[in-house]
Amino acid sequence: MAVAFDEMNGPGGDLRPAYQELSRWLKETPPEALEYRRQEAELLFRRIGITFAVYGDAEAQERLIPFDVIPRIMSGKEWTVLEKGLKQRVRALNMFLRDIYHGRDILRANIIPDDLIFQNPVFRPEMNGQSVPHDVYVHIAGIDIVRVDAENFIVLEDNARTPSGVSYMLENREIMMRLFPDLFARHRVAPVERYPDELLAALRSVAPLSASAEPTVALMTPGVYNSAYYEHSFLADKLGIELVEGRDLIVKSDEVFMRTTEGLKRVDVIYRRVDDDFLDPLTFRPDSALGVPGLMSAYAAGNITLANAVGTGIADDKAIYSYMPEIVKFYLGEEPILKNVPTWRCREPKDLAYVLDNLSELVVKEVHGSGGYGMLIGPAATKATIEAFRDKLKREPEGFIAQPTLALSTCPTCTASGLAPRHVDLRPFVLTGSKHVTIVPGGLTRVALKEGSLVVNSSQGGGTKDTWILDE
Amino acid sequence: MLSRTAENLYWLARYVERAEYIARTIDATLRVTALPAAYIGKTNEWESALLTAGVSASFYEAYLEANEQNVVEYLAFSPSNPSSIKNCIEAARLNSRSVRTALTSEMWDTINSAWLELQEVWGKGTSSREELARFLRFVQETSLRFDGSAYRTMLRNDAYWFSRLGVHLERADNTARILDVKYHVLLPEEEHVGGPLDYYQWTSILRSVSALTAYHWVYRETLKPWLIADLLILNDTLPRSLASCYSNLVRNLDQIGVAYGRQGPAQRHARGVRNRLEHSHMDDIFQHGVHEFIQEFIADNSRLGEIITRQYLI
Repeated sequence: MAVAFDEMNGPGGDLRPAYQELSRWLKETPPEALEYRRQEAELLFRRIGITFAVYGDAEAQERLIPFDVIPRIMSGKEWTVLEKGLKQRVRALNMFLRDIYHGRDILRANIIPDDLIFQNPVFRPEMNGQSVPHDVYVHIAGIDIVRVDAENFIVLEDNARTPSGVSYMLENREIMMRLFPDLFARHRVAPVERYPDELLAALRSVAPLSASAEPTVALMTPGVYNSAYYEHSFLADKLGIELVEGRDLIVKSDEVFMRTTEGLKRVDVIYRRVDDDFLDPLTFRPDSALGVPGLMSAYAAGNITLANAVGTGIADDKAIYSYMPEIVKFYLGEEPILKNVPTWRCREPKDLAYVLDNLSELVVKEVHGSGGYGMLIGPAATKATIEAFRDKLKREPEGFIAQPTLALSTCPTCTASGLAPRHVDLRPFVLTGSKHVTIVPGGLTRVALKEGSLVVNSSQGGGTKDTWILDE
Repeated sequence: MLSRTAENLYWLARYVERAEYIARTIDATLRVTALPAAYIGKTNEWESALLTAGVSASFYEAYLEANEQNVVEYLAFSPSNPSSIKNCIEAARLNSRSVRTALTSEMWDTINSAWLELQEVWGKGTSSREELARFLRFVQETSLRFDGSAYRTMLRNDAYWFSRLGVHLERADNTARILDVKYHVLLPEEEHVGGPLDYYQWTSILRSVSALTAYHWVYRETLKPWLIADLLILNDTLPRSLASCYSNLVRNLDQIGVAYGRQGPAQRHARGVRNRLEHSHMDDIFQHGVHEFIQEFIADNSRLGEIITRQYLI
């Protein structure tokens, strides 16, 4: 694997301009002072109760995601490119979804094979011909970005269902501003705090026609035991909307109401953080206790907007991902600004043969997996793991894609032995309303805290950093 | 507001209040049992602590003997006792987590810190009287902080009122339970007054509702059982008296009724109970039997809980 690009010390060890002040500040600050503030940060996080749950870890039902106090910094120029690329990509995602559930031009143009859509479990036939306000399907997208050098941003994954992490973006900034006012004074960091306002505006802009002039928005959570519950309550609070569970909602004459102490109150827009499968036991999983019976029929009647729309999984599927460059070109007639990771589709015999021959150098991912579960990182895996994976791959090749191991960029990070480079990625949050696509400058930087590790997922020992976009 | 939110706020307040009450009960029992046997006679004070906490039956499913170690463990730390202090704090935190958006950060911080301390400091229970005393203080302080932060930081709207309903309903229940267990030492004025045995029982009752000092301020007399009963049942100035709890319940329910522009069975029922308390005299109560009076009150109080639930919380 090539030597990773370090975002502070560039190729050849030349300090990159965005990091000049930080580097100077780090030299002036004694390590004890940094350690003291690191502990302070941890205390604050624990007090606020920002925790996440790890599935299958009964011992530590609530855990803190480790927070690294060294910010990750990008120049305004870098951000401008990234922002343009993200907006382009999310526009294309929305047009693709509209097309898949209506005219299907892209299938007729033979750009994507039919069976990849129709035999895909995340394709929702219920959405065929169903119109959604302003043709927005993905109101909130979290696009995972990595960089491999000074010029290139690469999309690792599109998250178009219920992307999480934005509360960390906001809280990380809050805590950094409390702990390092001196460091902020030496930079012009673009603020992120308007995210909740922009999100609420986007959600209200897509209210159904039957809604009143002041549409009621609610955030729907699976409940306190969900791993992202903290984020759900945090956002509801910031947006000033009710945090509802399925049992708080009831459908009557195809309208959705919440049960309040003053009786039933109509809801117009649901920012739902519940997966499609659990939304409505009458349509999807009948055993779901999290959902609302009849919700889908209210949806079909056009009396409720769900954000994100039902069926967006078809756009962030890892098999579809490999077609994203073509999707952007097809709908927008533009060259994609953000690159894709070269991807081998194991469903195609030629690709599969290549993957099987090169397992020890590739990353193999489940098409429908997420959160870093069930993937093989060839260079880091033992022989036995690789062989076990080979069998799995042969049995069900269509369930996997493979990518080269990328040399993810690194950022300076606090470790037990002082500052050291650690691999990072970035998840900016892209909002789409009736008229605009907006992105607050920044996003959630995740960092693989273990030396050499490329897995940034919080469920697997990753941490987070505050992400600074310099306002130049 | 969401019915579930109101429900969580109501139960959150109840659990915190209950945790404090259990802590006071243990504290008061420890004091009585510390006295030489000659002062307290043969009664098993730990047994009556279980009764006042309303968990006597379930206790004997797990333990054979009601001694200090067993009862303290059961009342304070047992995971199998739904009303143990530990479970109350756990339940309070779970309810807080469900309604974080309706709590002020000070209230959340109180409950969350208490929950963290419960795991980090008190995870293994207590191993000495001194530790136990510190634990009980911690529980009482948590309740004080919670109440204080609610009082100082919450908007005066339905969220606040539902949380107050929880406090007062639980408090009324707790005071009534003590009276129910100890009614036999509360005697009418003309009865022969017991010896030193009863004296320590009386102080114990007052202590468990933090009213020992209050008694002296209100009556400026030595302890007299009928006055203790008067204080705990009818005296509106004592925050833990039944009368005071019902003044508050009626007021909070009225505030909700006004805000929503609608009254209902909960308002009517609470007013009924309050009126009965207002028009009662200790003489009559003694004549008809303290025990019967208290039993009836407990039933009325839990009926109010059911009515509130039906009217607002589901």
